Amino acid sequence: MCDTCGCNITPGNREFAYKPVNGTTAVAVLKSLLARNDDQAIHNRQHFDRQRLLTINLMSSPGSGKTALLEATIDALRNEYRIGVIEGDLETENDAKRIRAKGVPAHQITTGSACHLDAHMVHEALHQFPLAELDILFIENVGNLVCPASFDLGQHRNVVLLSVTEGDDKPAKYPVMFRAADLLLLTKSDLLPLLDDFSPARAEANLRNLASTVPVMQLAARKALGLQPWLDWLRSELAWQRARVDRGETVRPRPQADGAQLHEAAK
Amino acid sequence: MHELSLCQSLIDQVQQLALTHGAQSVGLVTLKIGPLSGVEPVLMQHAYPFASAGTLAAESTLVIELAPLQVRCESCGAETEAEPSRLVCAACGSCHTQLVSGDEMLLMSVELITAEGSNHV
Repeated sequence: MCDTCGCNITPGNREFAYKPVNGTTAVAVLKSLLARNDDQAIHNRQHFDRQRLLTINLMSSPGSGKTALLEATIDALRNEYRIGVIEGDLETENDAKRIRAKGVPAHQITTGSACHLDAHMVHEALHQFPLAELDILFIENVGNLVCPASFDLGQHRNVVLLSVTEGDDKPAKYPVMFRAADLLLLTKSDLLPLLDDFSPARAEANLRNLASTVPVMQLAARKALGLQPWLDWLRSELAWQRARVDRGETVRPRPQADGAQLHEAAK
Repeated sequence: MHELSLCQSLIDQVQQLALTHGAQSVGLVTLKIGPLSGVEPVLMQHAYPFASAGTLAAESTLVIELAPLQVRCESCGAETEAEPSRLVCAACGSCHTQLVSGDEMLLMSVELITAEGSNHV
């Protein structure tokens, strides 16, 4: 579908097209309000695919353990893959310093007061990176369960973290975010015995209510507990990404692009 | 979400369209927004006058159509209404559903006003 030849006009939206009202003309547009961001995200994804790189966007509330997960992941995969990290925070270089202390290239984006990363910020950061020398690029988004979900950065997969010190009803409260997850990690799971109000089963049930069939894993990054399934997931995602690139294909994170075609089919 | 900055990028799109078609001003600007888009229609309406002030869309009116939340079941094939936090099939309860409508965040149409009057595009 394009925006130039009129093929985006369907029976369902035709009423919006070419509707003259008293000396005025209605022009059908049918463009996402985030069109500019989405175009930039496509460009970023081309950068990543050209380097056969797997790019993963980590999203969660503040303090649910994104940076700790990255530290543990770098320790575990240090001899296997070359990893890079883009950090997003409102202020400070703290997270990038923690990552660099592990001997991995990290670039900190400080957003000022913006509560999410967008595709343009990530693109600027890419030029600070030796992309050709990386296998996996992690983007640690600003800790926030609302806005980051709506901005495509060009990543291939979204990983959402939910720490067990939060409520197990978070997926029900923040459906836009949790629906976007390709993988849900229940973090700080070593604390579960101390918490009587968090049920991993309820958290998963709330996720399934969003029509999500993605894997759910429990781990405790700082204790290096339960990391194996997560590391295996990364390995297979990287292998799939390389196979896709070799076929000349790419992938967007959830919600999948075929949703857009369903919209058309439904009309 | 970011209703003011979304409004600003909306106004950019609208301005560009008005300039391309040689319009003097803009009438109705119609959006379609679904409950899973992350956009709050009320905040969008509040932000719109601030974003449009001083542009060709300054006198325009923002119309927001609310898209229904509907899923299609992959198990039983039913198409049913859903809630943002409950996207399972209302007919059979399966969680294997696809969203048919509800995550839209679209600029549907823009009414352009030209000095000479009607000018079909």
